[in-house]
Amino acid sequence: MKAFTYTRAKDPVEAAQIVAREPGAKFIAGGTNLLDLMKLEIETPSHLVDVQDLKLDAIDKTDDGGLRIGALVSNTRLAADKRVRRDYAVLTRAIVAGASGQLRNKATTAGNLLQRTRCPYFYDPNMACNKRKPGSGCAAIGGYSRQLGVIGTSDACIATYPGDMAVALRVLDASVETVRGDGQRRTIPIADFHRVWGDHPERDTVLDKGELITAVTLPRPVGGVHLYRKVRDRSSYAFALVSVAAVVAKDGTGRFAFGGVAPKPWRVEAAEQEPSRGPKAIAAQIFADARPTKDNAFKLTLAERTLASVIDEAREMAA
Amino acid sequence: MSEGLDVTRRIMLASGGAAAALAAAPGAEARLSAEKPDSPPHLPITLTVNGARRDLTLDTRTTLLDALREHLHLTGTKKGCDHGQCGACTVIVNGERINSCLTLAAMHHGDKITTIEGLGTPDKLHPMQAAFVKHDGYQCGYCTPGQICSAVAVLDEIRAGIPSHIQADLLEKPGLTAIEMRERMSGNICRCGAYSNIADAMAEIAGDKV
Repeated sequence: MKAFTYTRAKDPVEAAQIVAREPGAKFIAGGTNLLDLMKLEIETPSHLVDVQDLKLDAIDKTDDGGLRIGALVSNTRLAADKRVRRDYAVLTRAIVAGASGQLRNKATTAGNLLQRTRCPYFYDPNMACNKRKPGSGCAAIGGYSRQLGVIGTSDACIATYPGDMAVALRVLDASVETVRGDGQRRTIPIADFHRVWGDHPERDTVLDKGELITAVTLPRPVGGVHLYRKVRDRSSYAFALVSVAAVVAKDGTGRFAFGGVAPKPWRVEAAEQEPSRGPKAIAAQIFADARPTKDNAFKLTLAERTLASVIDEAREMAA
Repeated sequence: MSEGLDVTRRIMLASGGAAAALAAAPGAEARLSAEKPDSPPHLPITLTVNGARRDLTLDTRTTLLDALREHLHLTGTKKGCDHGQCGACTVIVNGERINSCLTLAAMHHGDKITTIEGLGTPDKLHPMQAAFVKHDGYQCGYCTPGQICSAVAVLDEIRAGIPSHIQADLLEKPGLTAIEMRERMSGNICRCGAYSNIADAMAEIAGDKV
């Protein structure tokens, strides 16, 4: 691990100022992904601003009947919150489908959004990787790509966003609130928060350097059956091959987002308009632009079947 | 959580290292100038480990795991993968289990840490330790301290109503069942494969306390 200086910030704007100003400065919250990457020298910050004292750890009601989740709320606390379990069950389901109990206790809401891909070529410094070293190429393309992306990928990168929580946030139409060093705040819809790779896979999100996530907000609860189905190589503590977050209403209409397939939670609202067409047609529309590799083409079939299974389960639960 | 490492002190750390942060006392300046200019940044860190206050001055890179093992010589906590994948380094911090390899000691200034050494002693085993012995919940023993710290915390998490992946109804309290405990222990890997005996040990303790 490269040497770094470390401080704890007391104020969000001050924290943002330091990270915006100093080359090599980064925020650290739970640190479960950042430290992993620092040990491999994939991340090499020269200064860490620990944000744990910023008091962004409350879950409050919003004026319009939703919830504001502080950036530092741990994954465990968010999943266990009674309001979340009752009104946003897909979010609890997604969180507890990810990582381990130890990691969920330490990982934060904002950090979960910012976790980096688990592409094995990104993690191996001996391999070419445009995400780790822009311009060096992509060893995953033509390599072992079974776990990797099938849609939203590019000729520069076929990595996926690995998380579960954000997939649920996508069907809930959550927003990400941020603050910059100059005090300017903005609200980013979760749909726009993660990027598709294009020519710049080194940039995972639309955040600017020094822009600090302060909260994630949920709109009013969406009624219906909330489900999160994660298909993986072992039944616990593994990343998704394919996951589906779903909120299915009584009339059969639903919201569906997919994890494990793309650089971001993958949702195509237009495909949700006519549920009577059935899962095959819905999946075909959602994955119309897919560009799978030979190794991961199975994900398209798996996604369709997982969607079908989730819709069936929702029907049974609603009956 | 902590009684702060003052953010204003950071400026000195890049050039000065440990002595600057310790400062305050007269003579600190002399110690500062005697340091090598390129010495890596250090910080004073206070942890409460197994009930005892421990004051350390550590390279900022020191993980909580390395602070416990290499600096406090509490070698019960094990380093397996050092990447949060195996759970051998599990300790309990402020009442919650975490992977001590994936966190910096500096992030835990002021925190209360319980390691396997703090759960029980050879003369007075924690009930979970005794149950692991009784049920043969290990072979080589390397993952065992992490398994036991995790197991103790898992029972607390179930009692606190923390939901899990296998829970059918999120609004009901999870049960102290074998399948709940197995799901919640998935972050602790045992290459000897003592899982079924670990589950038996946990079931015994869970049954005792229900």
